[in-house]
Amino acid sequence: MKRSLFSVAVLGFVLAFLYVPILLVVVYGFIPNGITMSFFDAHGDFTGFTTKWYGQIFSGSRSVEALLDSFWLSLTIAGLATLVSSVIGTTSALALHRWRGRLQSIHHALVYTPLIMPDILIGISLLMLFVATKVDCGFWTILIAHVTFCVSYVVMTVLARLQDFDDRITEAAYDLGAGPWYAFFHVELPILLPGIVAGGLLAFTLSIDDVVITSFVNGAGTNTFPTYVSSMTKHSRNLPSVFALSTLMLLFTCALVGISKLLTVNSQPKNKGK
Amino acid sequence: MNNPLRTKRAEWLVTLPSFLWLALFFAVPAVIVLAFTFHGHDASGGVGAWGMETWRELVDPDYPAIVWNTLRISFEVTLWSIVLALPCAYAIARMNSKWRGIVAGAIMLPFWTSFVVRVFAWKAMLHPDGWLQACYLVLLRTRAWLFDWLPGFVQQFLIWIGMASAGPVDPASSTILDSEAAVVLVSVYTFLPFAIMPIYTAAEKFDFALLEAARDLGAKNFYAFRKIFIPGVRQGLVSAVLMVFIPAIGSYVIPQMLGGTDCVLIGNKIFMRAIQNRNIPHASALATLMAASVLVPIACAMWWKRRQDARDRRRLEQQTAKLIVAGVGR
Repeated sequence: MKRSLFSVAVLGFVLAFLYVPILLVVVYGFIPNGITMSFFDAHGDFTGFTTKWYGQIFSGSRSVEALLDSFWLSLTIAGLATLVSSVIGTTSALALHRWRGRLQSIHHALVYTPLIMPDILIGISLLMLFVATKVDCGFWTILIAHVTFCVSYVVMTVLARLQDFDDRITEAAYDLGAGPWYAFFHVELPILLPGIVAGGLLAFTLSIDDVVITSFVNGAGTNTFPTYVSSMTKHSRNLPSVFALSTLMLLFTCALVGISKLLTVNSQPKNKGK
Repeated sequence: MNNPLRTKRAEWLVTLPSFLWLALFFAVPAVIVLAFTFHGHDASGGVGAWGMETWRELVDPDYPAIVWNTLRISFEVTLWSIVLALPCAYAIARMNSKWRGIVAGAIMLPFWTSFVVRVFAWKAMLHPDGWLQACYLVLLRTRAWLFDWLPGFVQQFLIWIGMASAGPVDPASSTILDSEAAVVLVSVYTFLPFAIMPIYTAAEKFDFALLEAARDLGAKNFYAFRKIFIPGVRQGLVSAVLMVFIPAIGSYVIPQMLGGTDCVLIGNKIFMRAIQNRNIPHASALATLMAASVLVPIACAMWWKRRQDARDRRRLEQQTAKLIVAGVGR
């Protein structure tokens, strides 16, 4: 097979382009001076690496208290948003898969349009809703916003799984005397679970990373990890702690991806033997 | 059918949670935004009486320039992303299946770090003492040198649409940080994987034997790439363009953190009006404009796709008709 050198070179360049900032995130977590963000002091001498930012994170020291608080808030909101949007998204996908008609075409439009709208429009329109109804922004408004933009992604993922779903299995369950609830929880749900988990994971990553929508609906004083980081970039002497925490998150997600890869590799032969 | 879950009541029951949620938190807010644009604003940050004044104030010299800048920068970002994504997708699709999975995974992996943190790492990289700043100056000087060679009316046009400025390059005021170039660079960085993935998915289904055939028939590599590969992945290309153009239009964090005062896009203006100035009607009107600039390209893409499908169908019908005629003739 003939391979074009040019395209491989571009691919190499792009991979470097994508990874250099990630590498820097890791390196910046070891910078001793958090104000100048440089490894060199005023005389131009190398100051070496430090692990003090990691120490601060693990000991929960005062200087990183607000950062850690925002991180826990992000985790809480992402967890709850994942839960709610997985439930709503799954019922929505079931409805879209099972029925056709006017109700479902409106439903379909409602689910798809948020996917093609820039985040900021979802943020501003929710802010307008809260302004019009005079609701104070805070934890609950953030949660509502996150569920709203996550639902559509869950629906897409579960729908993809439903496409391979053999409806005759459900019919068979009914013929064997199962009620609708029993059939759903014992037949459909276990088959759909991988799709729901994938959708939930997507929702979790979207929610924990969102800064645009959150910055519209967070109100004063409530900060998730991304909004807190973007507010501390202007004047803070603790910036390396942000990078240290991000490195830890990166390690954690890499481990998670690795484990899930191992699990899927191990379960592959079982699927093949059908 | 005796399926107890297929009744009308069951349909409503299953549809209701998502339907109500999205109607309440997506459709209703959109209507509220539209309604607010037909209100004036009062000085205390509230919404004033009904009227057309917001739309009249939108011709304010500031806004059209910002809308134009946003469209132009989004276009630039899309162009660069596609130019880089095409060879990448091609290269990945030509690998064996093991490498394909690894490289495609490697392209998406940066998304497992926080977006804000990545943008912030760029901010540190683009520091005025850094090597990227030096590269940027070389680029600017080259561009100024090329600009001098252009005919006068082209120069005037480029200045008019905001793509160039006359005069020599001043190193002190030409920092890459807080400039439009930084916004374009980091936007391409952020959106590039979204451009590569759809093209790669289309390229995976592409029959590369067609390229070999074209070469056997005497086509040069690039000619075959342009005439066979690009039309072959056009579906992926269209979704790649939309996947980059739409978030680029709505971009707000990147210009906020890297664009300085030079590069204010619609997104920043919306945030400014909504949060800082508390001018709700203006923010709503800008949001409406942004929605329009997203919906127009999508409508075009859908229209184009429908036309392509119709053309494909017609071609198939004609070929079938020919075959039938040939069959009857024999």
